[in-house]
Amino acid sequence: MKTLILKEIDELIYGSMGIIIFIAFFIGGVVTIQTALNLTSPLIPKSLIGFATRQSVILEFAPTFTSIIMVGKVGSYITSSIGTMRVTEQIDALEVMGVNSLNYLVFPKIIAMMFYPFAVAIAMYVGILGGWVAAVFGEYAPSGEFIQGLQLDLIPFHITYAFIKTFVFAFCIATIPSFHGFYMKGGALEVGKASTTAFVWTSVVIIISNYVLTQLLLG
Amino acid sequence: MIEVDNIHKSFGDSHVLKGVTTCFDQGKTNLIIGQSGSGKTVFLKCLLGLFVPEQGSICYSGQKYGELTSDQQRDLRQEMGMVFQGSALFDSMTVSENVMFPMDMFTKQSKAEMQDRVDFVLERVNLIDAHHKFPSEISGGMQKRVAIARAIVMRPKYLFCDEPNSGLDPKTAILIDNLIKEITEEYNITTVINTHDMNSVMEIGEKIIFLKDGHKEWEGTNKEIFKTDNESVTDFVYSSELFKKVRQMYIEERN
Repeated sequence: MKTLILKEIDELIYGSMGIIIFIAFFIGGVVTIQTALNLTSPLIPKSLIGFATRQSVILEFAPTFTSIIMVGKVGSYITSSIGTMRVTEQIDALEVMGVNSLNYLVFPKIIAMMFYPFAVAIAMYVGILGGWVAAVFGEYAPSGEFIQGLQLDLIPFHITYAFIKTFVFAFCIATIPSFHGFYMKGGALEVGKASTTAFVWTSVVIIISNYVLTQLLLG
Repeated sequence: MIEVDNIHKSFGDSHVLKGVTTCFDQGKTNLIIGQSGSGKTVFLKCLLGLFVPEQGSICYSGQKYGELTSDQQRDLRQEMGMVFQGSALFDSMTVSENVMFPMDMFTKQSKAEMQDRVDFVLERVNLIDAHHKFPSEISGGMQKRVAIARAIVMRPKYLFCDEPNSGLDPKTAILIDNLIKEITEEYNITTVINTHDMNSVMEIGEKIIFLKDGHKEWEGTNKEIFKTDNESVTDFVYSSELFKKVRQMYIEERN
């Protein structure tokens, strides 16, 4: 089981780091540019660009936006891999051998996804870095003022809130696509349909739980 | 030995198995034949414990499957080997890892001991050179042989095969048939094969059960199938011109 969990961490988390870093960097940059372009009053300090970037990235973009991307990448992979095993009777083969197939296939994925907050932490860091690069090299704000904004009025619970959300999203990303793959019926076409259905339902659950958790934890 | 007593299985309104009673002998190749939709695969899945019959019982060497606890059922399943129609090899594992998988899950043997056993069974199915290949890199016939190796690696008491010859050329199909028969005799196991292949019926059918519309229509050996007057069996077995001629020759020879 330890080997399986490590393999899943490699495939689900480590294998997604490239896309997570890429998206986080550019989203951070875009958030900075959009904020800077909307702060036209000379009375508003430039440090607010750093503050807005930090808040947006930590509270929403890193946990939620990255999770939606992960639903597309990891969720589809989980549904299609388990679904293909169902179609090609590999799950039946596990059952015949006396292996608890649900435990063997899904449990390592749930455990692996519990490491997802590390990926989100990196997304937070890279997102803010992307914002700093956009601000400084786009000449929207000087480096010093941007960093001053990053350090302004930091509420530590906001980071806790972001990680609580991330744990919930990680559980959804591991379980909902697994359910759709494991209990699918039919052939190759149905594997594709199951992947699409899993993507839609996981996204819906993530968006709703994002709203509920925000209301409960910050409201 | 597997004793099946009056099993019924339905899916919604569709009554697939309508009271099948039979017995599969140890050390023999038992064949289940019948047209598509006759209930062969459902019957085999009931024998494997993948489907639970609504009525009737299945006894494995005197143990009623339905009366066992879930742990006992799991233990019993470890005494079963299964060769699926599409081989059902794990795509992400090499041939060697596929064969080693049941041992890795259920035994506490060292890696070296397991590797020795894997080498032995792969040699037994003439696949010693395919160790490090993935299932997608080998032919259909080789995949079937890997599936057989995986099925026998735990020294099962019962071997089940679902259409082991489907998609194979006649020569490879004969090789697979002979391999299954040899393994059955060598390890004295109860082998149940679900097949459409009349060559298999003639070659290795030590006991044949003919299913029709969910019930057992006929039961006998490969020798008796030549003599039977059961119209459903003769219609099914001698549906091809070749087999009609074979039967005609057999009857003429007998007379």
